[in-house]
Amino acid sequence: MGTQLLTEALVVSAFLFVVGTFGVLVRRNAIIMFLCIELQLNAVNLSFVAFSRALGIEGQLYVFFVMTVAAAEAAVGLAIIISIFRHYETVNVNNFNLLKW
Amino acid sequence: MANLLDFLLSSDFLFFVFSGVAIGSALAMVTRKNPVASLLFMVATLASLAGIYVIFEAHFLAAIQIIVYAGAIMVLFLFVIMLLNLGHDFQQDLKGGAWAIFAFVVAGAMAGFLARQYGGIEALPIYQNAQGAEVIDALLAEQGAVGVMAHPLFGDYVVAFELTGLLLLVAIVGALALAKRRV
Repeated sequence: MGTQLLTEALVVSAFLFVVGTFGVLVRRNAIIMFLCIELQLNAVNLSFVAFSRALGIEGQLYVFFVMTVAAAEAAVGLAIIISIFRHYETVNVNNFNLLKW
Repeated sequence: MANLLDFLLSSDFLFFVFSGVAIGSALAMVTRKNPVASLLFMVATLASLAGIYVIFEAHFLAAIQIIVYAGAIMVLFLFVIMLLNLGHDFQQDLKGGAWAIFAFVVAGAMAGFLARQYGGIEALPIYQNAQGAEVIDALLAEQGAVGVMAHPLFGDYVVAFELTGLLLLVAIVGALALAKRRV
């Protein structure tokens, strides 16, 4: 591989993270908000992989752990969404504000 | 002609192709109304991220990314979307007014902050003392793509690894307890 592409990868990662944040803030569908959080996790993973190229294999191990946590989070979060849907018949976050304040 | 072919197959060019696909489908994912379309764009983002991982020589992670993320987790999302029958309610999904302005401000502030942080990152001291890519390439050639991750995972990081297994067990039990009607 010729160049390191580190800065380019970090820029892509930052962009994906910002897009994910924006999505969490503007969407109302709980599942899509959840997908945007996954996108943020993936953006951080990309940073880890790009850094691990020069700084050691540990970065890739952290990505492995982040992926496991993401899988656990997806399972529990989707279970919560299913039980909310069962109660309110919707996943639109405007319609449930029990935990808001 | 040979030069053009070399360029098209070079990892630099492929990196920009994958980055373009990842960014484009991430934007599409945030803006699509239909949750299923959103999800399929997310799969495209994850797959192109796997391509970028291959360019950075993280072959095992690329395989895991495809199998676990694009395969298992996204199928779980798709399954829930279909289970709740969300594919065709086209009510207004984007928050309007003050929320949109707030989101743009937050996104802009984050982008500005990150851009400031990334200026001259390769001049940082940690990069001057870095072991460099050659060390990782040598390790990869010696132990293979799986071995290079397995050795530290079952050595220095074995406690974290076992705790990860515990976390997955707790997540399975928690998901069952939450999603079942009567436990």
